[in-house]
Amino acid sequence: MITWPNFVSQLFNGLALGALLALIASGLTIIYGTLGVLNLAHGAMFMLGGYAGFAAYQASGSFIVAVLAGAVALLVLGLLMERVMVRHFYARPHEDQLLVTFGLAIVIVEVVRWVFSSESKTVTPPGALAGITPLGFMLYPTYRLAVVGIVAMALLVLFLVLYRTRLGMIVRAGIEDAVMVDCLGINVDRVFMVVFGIGAMAAGFAGIVNAPIVSLTPEVGEAVLVQTFVVVVIGGVGSFPGAVLGGLVAGEIISLTSMVNPGYAYVMLFAAMTLVLMMRPRGLLGAQGRE
Amino acid sequence: MSWDRIDSPRRPLLVAALTAAALIAAPFVLPWLGAAPNTVNRILVWGLFGIGFDILFGYAGLLSFGQSALYGTGGFVAAYLLTRTGFPHVVTALLVGMLAAAVMGYLVGLVALRRTGIYFAMITVAIAEMFYFVEFNPLAEWTGGENGLPGVPTPSLSVGVTTLHFTSGWALYPFLGFCYFVGIVIALRIVRSPVGVVLRGIRENPLRTAAVGHDIHSYKLAAFVIAAAYAGFAGGLLGVLQAFMPPEAFTFETSGQLVIQTAIGGRGMLFGPLAGAALWLFLQDFLQGPLGLGATWKLVLGLVFVALVAFLRDGIIGGIRNVYRLVVRRKGEKAAAIAAPVKTPRAAAPVYVRARAGNGVSGPIMQTIRLTKHYGGVAANEGIDFSVEAGEVRGIIGPNGAGKTTFFKMLTCEVLPTAGTILFNGCDITGMGVTEVCQLGLTKSYQVNQLFNRLTVRENVVIAALAALRGKFRLDVMRRLGSIPGLDERVGHTLELVGLTRRGEAPVAQLAYGEKRRLEIGLALASSPSVLLLDEPLAGMSPSERAETVRLLKSIGQDRTMIVIDHDMDSLFELAERITVLQEGRVLAEGRPVDIKANAKVQEAYLGGLNGNPA
Repeated sequence: MITWPNFVSQLFNGLALGALLALIASGLTIIYGTLGVLNLAHGAMFMLGGYAGFAAYQASGSFIVAVLAGAVALLVLGLLMERVMVRHFYARPHEDQLLVTFGLAIVIVEVVRWVFSSESKTVTPPGALAGITPLGFMLYPTYRLAVVGIVAMALLVLFLVLYRTRLGMIVRAGIEDAVMVDCLGINVDRVFMVVFGIGAMAAGFAGIVNAPIVSLTPEVGEAVLVQTFVVVVIGGVGSFPGAVLGGLVAGEIISLTSMVNPGYAYVMLFAAMTLVLMMRPRGLLGAQGRE
Repeated sequence: MSWDRIDSPRRPLLVAALTAAALIAAPFVLPWLGAAPNTVNRILVWGLFGIGFDILFGYAGLLSFGQSALYGTGGFVAAYLLTRTGFPHVVTALLVGMLAAAVMGYLVGLVALRRTGIYFAMITVAIAEMFYFVEFNPLAEWTGGENGLPGVPTPSLSVGVTTLHFTSGWALYPFLGFCYFVGIVIALRIVRSPVGVVLRGIRENPLRTAAVGHDIHSYKLAAFVIAAAYAGFAGGLLGVLQAFMPPEAFTFETSGQLVIQTAIGGRGMLFGPLAGAALWLFLQDFLQGPLGLGATWKLVLGLVFVALVAFLRDGIIGGIRNVYRLVVRRKGEKAAAIAAPVKTPRAAAPVYVRARAGNGVSGPIMQTIRLTKHYGGVAANEGIDFSVEAGEVRGIIGPNGAGKTTFFKMLTCEVLPTAGTILFNGCDITGMGVTEVCQLGLTKSYQVNQLFNRLTVRENVVIAALAALRGKFRLDVMRRLGSIPGLDERVGHTLELVGLTRRGEAPVAQLAYGEKRRLEIGLALASSPSVLLLDEPLAGMSPSERAETVRLLKSIGQDRTMIVIDHDMDSLFELAERITVLQEGRVLAEGRPVDIKANAKVQEAYLGGLNGNPA
């Protein structure tokens, strides 16, 4: 039964999910745009962010510490992964990059399973954000509202980094033409490492912010990875605004279809992707850049 | 180093015989090694699934993470027929499942192949995930949803008085082994057919494969459908093997495991997935059983996989093969040092020119009318009127940035003009694709070499010659390369013409720069163009190589129309009958070399004025 409050509530759910997808997809898309590597471990990183936050939460009891831990742990992991593994694959074909990040994803998932077991874990939202907020015409879980705000802030920070800093300028230039940036005497190696770290951090941050909404299992990243692909394909690979728009579109499609028939939510999502591919192969906001 | 030789007729027979022997020996040998029959059967199903995937990934270079969609489709169609409709014949049901998967593969391919590279990988993942959800929900009534379809029967075969029942374990093995054998025999034919060769070309250099006249999109789609058919049949076998069609067939896990096994075993060798599956499943049994690692087995295998991708790119089989080749080559080099065979090139190789409509008729064969190309606000070409007579050799010169390369790209339809018309043999080719115009008899040798780097010189030329002999697309997957009339002669003559006869078996990577340049021209020549465009054929050559190449171009130019861009004026003035000078995207002058040399405007463009950039 579709009622007005039900509809609005699903609209909000879509916004929360969409914002999260937008953040994860932004990480994936700036890594791809700058480094030319599609990181198949991105979903596993999202999952790991949740677990790192969970561990910190168990130790400290503070949700803020948990969020910081999730983000920082993934930043460090991202930097390490780029340095130790991914870097050696820039000169190799795309397939090898896909294979190695896919392998790393398995390793991350299995390490988490080894350490935390397959049982699902729960992270409770902090007291101030727990409970329900009356919005006048309906009641809505406070934490979900907060997620929209938190993620919007994270996206704003990412936007400021990308569009208002020297690093961001190099990243955006690199997306346009990586060879040229290299020629300009910019230390691409370091930029690449930092970008991979930031992309991983975005996934990890999203992972822990999302943790109170879902129950945490080692598999939680897999579905997210696939949804992120859809977001990126819809929005346009390598485009930050595209990732944000694609995320919101995907979130609303999943959420609003669920209201009618949950079974069709993902079917509709992939149908939308196919439609975009047919009409605009480069995605809604995709640029000419990389293929 | 080429992955495998494409034109040795005996090897497929030998490989097939060895495969048959190994499959027959397996049930007698493997139990001694502690292999459970069920594991062996699962390896065969994965191996068969992987043959098709290897044609797609290893040969055509298309990495799909969505094969589960087709595996599941074939499996569920077959299982549905056998369990819900009372359809009695197992093998027929499997074939129907295969057909359904192939049709589905065609549809998925239409969407996924709109993009290449990582986009393709992402789209296949997403589509496969959609199949999973469709199986679970909208189609749950037919597929059993999360319960799958239990009760899939096993096949039986009546032989005279008795009936053989292939039930489970080693009793089912002969049936699966036979299916694998048929699968590998067919695949061996496919990869050695012209289609298989073109797929390798697409893997190495899609741009050039299209430019020599192959419709690469159709070939990729064909590879996708072949892979889908294998996946569908293997999916059906999974149901037979487990007496139950599991919904897990549709998961990302399935696609991922296939990719991993293929990469571990080695890609582009057909047997890689079987070897990878054997390692994966044996290790899984071993780590979980004797080693008692429990759930950690996957972590160990994940680490093994990462290490293999990082250090052993060609997988296990590839690694073994490389070691073997190293040993053999050492021996071979010693033998070669003793008796180096010297072939004497034949005197004059006849040159093929396509007899197309309009050939032999005098008049302009190539013409442009007010051809214009703008990039944003920059006019690279502005209203170029240009005309070349049939049989003429035309040179195009101009300072850097004059728009020569843009002009060429428009002529070969790589770039769509902003305005204007291009006529070839009197017909309007504006807006056509590179492949189509190459098929009409117009092609180009590139300024920067566009070769098939991991193939041999001969294989490179074969790819180009096939387009001329077979048209832009033909699905002759069962045809032998040797049975194509005229192929050997054409490849032989082309190699002779560009002086690479003795280098035929050398991989491109081993060629000297000048040889690569000649092969670049050879690729264009092998498609027997009636108009050949050469974009800076002499660039980067030493003076002696230049002299040699000019001689080569002169002999080529006797039989066809040629348009040549180069910065080496002396060579070009010697070669060309007429010269067109471009400057700032416009025609500055045109005429015989002597007139151009004397032309005041040309002298100013090169020596004085603002654009003084003597090339």
